[in-house]
Amino acid sequence: MKISVERERCEGHGLCVDAAPELFRLDDDGELVLLHEDGEVPAGQEDAALAAVRVCPIAALSAGVPAA
Amino acid sequence: MTGSRLVVVGASVAGLRAVEAAREAGFRGAITLVGAEPYAPYDRPELSKTFLTATPEPSPRVYRDHSELAGRLGVELLLGTPATRLDPGARKLEAGGGLIAYDRLVIATGARARTLPEGRRLGGVHTLRTLDDARALRRDLVRARQVVVIGAGFVGAEVASSARRRGCAVTIVEREPVPLAAAFGARFGDVWRRLHERNGCDLRCGVSVTGLRGAGRVESVLLSDGTALDADLVVAGVGATPETGWLDGSGLEVDDGVLCDETLATRADGVYAAGDVARWRNPLYGRHMRVEHWTAAAEQGAAAGRNAVTAGPGTPCAIVPYLWSDWHGVRIQFAGVAGGDEIEVIGDLGAPRFVALHRSGDLLTGVLGVDSRAQVAAYRSLLRRGATWREALAARRRVAP
Repeated sequence: MKISVERERCEGHGLCVDAAPELFRLDDDGELVLLHEDGEVPAGQEDAALAAVRVCPIAALSAGVPAA
Repeated sequence: MTGSRLVVVGASVAGLRAVEAAREAGFRGAITLVGAEPYAPYDRPELSKTFLTATPEPSPRVYRDHSELAGRLGVELLLGTPATRLDPGARKLEAGGGLIAYDRLVIATGARARTLPEGRRLGGVHTLRTLDDARALRRDLVRARQVVVIGAGFVGAEVASSARRRGCAVTIVEREPVPLAAAFGARFGDVWRRLHERNGCDLRCGVSVTGLRGAGRVESVLLSDGTALDADLVVAGVGATPETGWLDGSGLEVDDGVLCDETLATRADGVYAAGDVARWRNPLYGRHMRVEHWTAAAEQGAAAGRNAVTAGPGTPCAIVPYLWSDWHGVRIQFAGVAGGDEIEVIGDLGAPRFVALHRSGDLLTGVLGVDSRAQVAAYRSLLRRGATWREALAARRRVAP
């Protein structure tokens, strides 16, 4: 599974950080940082990733399994 | 629960999340989503922000369209169908002139904007809650020159900001001596005043509206201090009341919202409530509260939907209220609840960015941030953990000037 962020939409609310602290953090300027390269979601973090997508108040996140 | 029917009344974010959470919890029965507005669930917060300033008029952002709801989620949609009555004894809902039987029910009918009694007969007088409201307001705003905003709360401040961006002259009239004193604390009044004035808004506090004048359309606003303000557009942002009129006679306990326990269950068997309409016991603060913010509606909707279709005692719904508002390009955020015992300002109230912590007893209860997104997020995590005041002070980070 991969997470992607629509950068022009993201407003740095940081609710995804609360939902999935292993996947996201906000830097000091409130910019969202993906903690794994290319938004890769490690095994076992899928539910947290989906929770993060749902909690985003501006729907800037999406999660999906890339087509092979 | 297989074979039973979940009915969700209210098709905004709380209702949508209730439906999604019920399916995620494995509910395979029928789901009916009943909405008063004729639209699939859409983004409401943007209606007072970019929707008013962008040109041409933006399309509303729909969270789930008809085909997603009907297809993947297997939801029967009844939109443009206001609920009119509830009979919890018979487990029947009356909506759009028909009766709908349910086994489990989630009430998520939200709130309605308060209106000015003086404004009913005049054109150019608006409130803002729904997409239709926003479209009507936007049509008038495009042509307006002199705007009077009644109420300096979140909707009022955002509309004022949008009107300034469109080049209108703007006066904000606030009945209280200090805007948002209950939400943020009285000491921030000068901060909001400076922010509005720096951006060309005339903010008048401690005066109320005594009348609206005009022939057909509004022409002026009369104030309690005797002033008459010229206006070709008036927007009332004077709060909202929970949409509970349709529950009269249902036997549900209603007191500024539908009363619920920690699990969002009402007194009626199988009936839950979520979002702006719900007054529930928030276990995080140990008291009943009603919250009118997007994130609380989303979280409560999911919790109510899950609890409604899950056997056994429900899961308590603990929420740190969180809101954001954009005024003149400045982001205001608040997480938690206002304290009452002490407010500790980190930074300088005169600076473009600062953070303020609220204390009640020995606990951190809230954080206000002005253009301080990272700090608000960090303190919101502390609030979620029930952090003490001492922990909050220890976590202080100097806000960059």
